[in-house]
Amino acid sequence: MEEFLQQLTNGLAVGGIYALIALGYTMVYGVLKLINFAHGDLFTYGAYLGLTLLTSLALTDRLGFALGVLVLVLMVMGLVAVLGAILERVAYRPLRESPRLSAVVSALGASIFLQNALMLLYGARFQVYPDHILPTATLNVFGLYLPLMRVLIVLASVAMMIALYLFIQKTRIGAAIRAAAIDQGAARLMGIDVNRVILLVFLMGPALGGVAGLMVGLYYGQINFTMGWVYGMKAFTAAILGGIGNIPGAMVGGLLLGVIEALGAAYISIAWKDAIAFLVLILILIVRPTGLLGERVADKI
Amino acid sequence: MNHGKPFAIVLAAALLATAPLFLNAYQVDVLNSIGLYGLLALGLNLILGEAGLFNMGHAAFYAVGAYTAAMLNTRYQIPILWTLPLSGLAAGLFALAVARPVVHLRGDYLLIVTIGVGEIVRIALVNDIFGMTGGANGIFGISRPQLFGIVIRRPQEFFYLIWGCVALTIVLFLRLKQSRFGRALNYLREDEVAAEGSGINTAYYKLAAFGLGAAWAGMTGALFAAKMTIISPESFNFWESVVLFMIVILGGAGNIAGVLLAAFLVIGLPELFREFASARMLVFGLVMIVMMVFRPQGLLPAGGRRFSLATLARGHG
Repeated sequence: MEEFLQQLTNGLAVGGIYALIALGYTMVYGVLKLINFAHGDLFTYGAYLGLTLLTSLALTDRLGFALGVLVLVLMVMGLVAVLGAILERVAYRPLRESPRLSAVVSALGASIFLQNALMLLYGARFQVYPDHILPTATLNVFGLYLPLMRVLIVLASVAMMIALYLFIQKTRIGAAIRAAAIDQGAARLMGIDVNRVILLVFLMGPALGGVAGLMVGLYYGQINFTMGWVYGMKAFTAAILGGIGNIPGAMVGGLLLGVIEALGAAYISIAWKDAIAFLVLILILIVRPTGLLGERVADKI
Repeated sequence: MNHGKPFAIVLAAALLATAPLFLNAYQVDVLNSIGLYGLLALGLNLILGEAGLFNMGHAAFYAVGAYTAAMLNTRYQIPILWTLPLSGLAAGLFALAVARPVVHLRGDYLLIVTIGVGEIVRIALVNDIFGMTGGANGIFGISRPQLFGIVIRRPQEFFYLIWGCVALTIVLFLRLKQSRFGRALNYLREDEVAAEGSGINTAYYKLAAFGLGAAWAGMTGALFAAKMTIISPESFNFWESVVLFMIVILGGAGNIAGVLLAAFLVIGLPELFREFASARMLVFGLVMIVMMVFRPQGLLPAGGRRFSLATLARGHG
């Protein structure tokens, strides 16, 4: 039982990270019907920017752990959001009217470019987050000893998801995003500036993805320039699992995939851990391509 | 019409055929790599270029072929060239099995699934599935191929084996392109609904394209195993699939000459600029974006079909 609960909470932490990345995929897909292959790499940039800012500005030494990390999160969010907007401007906007394949290839190109730029800047080796700044304390929750970091990650990701959900559902801008996702043409006729909506989506998605990268750095302590692709694929699986284009779906899908993967790795085989996620992806596409919460079916397959 | 074209093809073929005479072993080896990638890309071209099915797991079929050849050769001492048809068959059947449930998926969904299949195959190989693939180390001790009593060992000898296969493939695939089958695939690519409406069995043709393209990858895998004498899962990772995808798209999907030209550029050019080797993928990524913005149809796009009046008058289309 102890082992099961440990794996479950670990799965929730990883799942929260997947969910944050998946939100970026799902929002972009919702508005543009494009799989943003470079999203996983923006996530990696979050992790690397976080490391650089953390070590060069010594934020946690100056401001204390809580405030330091908060400032760090905001900085990473802002920077990765800008990267996302640049990406949209350079690689996707010129292809808005092109066939799907062109946009997909451009997205892949952007992914390869970003990944290799990072490798040339930082080198191919693993980068390590300094471990003395992270809290190593454990919490005792009903007799279960949980690392503080794990609890924080679950709480932070859930808080961000709730905030995003409220933003999308309750504000005028959120309504504009939802409208553009349903029908761009009609949204434009209703006076919604679709270009601004797309830009906004490319600011918000990467910001969340960047934070997820930072979380991975803080949680595992090790980052690598290629990690974006594995996390990206899994987050995409999570988005499909929940129903792509559907924001609550991405959250549920992410958490669910994290738990499935953690339990699968613990009870089936750790060596097949990555394959489990892909298997889930293929099965869901065969059995229920709309995902768990998917609704808009018409042009899905 | 275009009188320069046949001349250019003959010239290119002659240059290539005599290349081993004036190139050193290393350069010939680069040409061999180009040939292997060319074969793989021509197979992928059937799926991605002719039928318009986004397959980004081509390395999986390549791997199935290579491992089939390697296992048959090292366990049952079957001469490696004899394993060629079996490797093709194994890869083709594998492709049919995995494509059957997913082939109806639309564009980018299929892309994601094929990426997933490629990764699962790679992970399975690393995990030594069935205890036969040798795990991360792979399979070694694959014997040299023998043709007409000659053991093929040096790059120059491999050159003629590989490029002989490429030439054969070009002839076959050109014929295929002109056939009813080739036209059906193109119809699928251009408008699936209209194709279905015109009585084309879309599921059948999609699967046939997958099976045939994969079979080609499988046979290329056997050639690769013969050339390397050692294979490991790392040779079949995701980036191989990406590079192949790129070759087909950059060259001009559906055009054999374009695909081969792109194989030369994508595989050959980095060898010329070895000092910038680490920036290779960076440039590729950039080229992919720039190409899609300014020339999405590729370097040499497939032209429309031309029929000469004489053949039409005789009543054969």
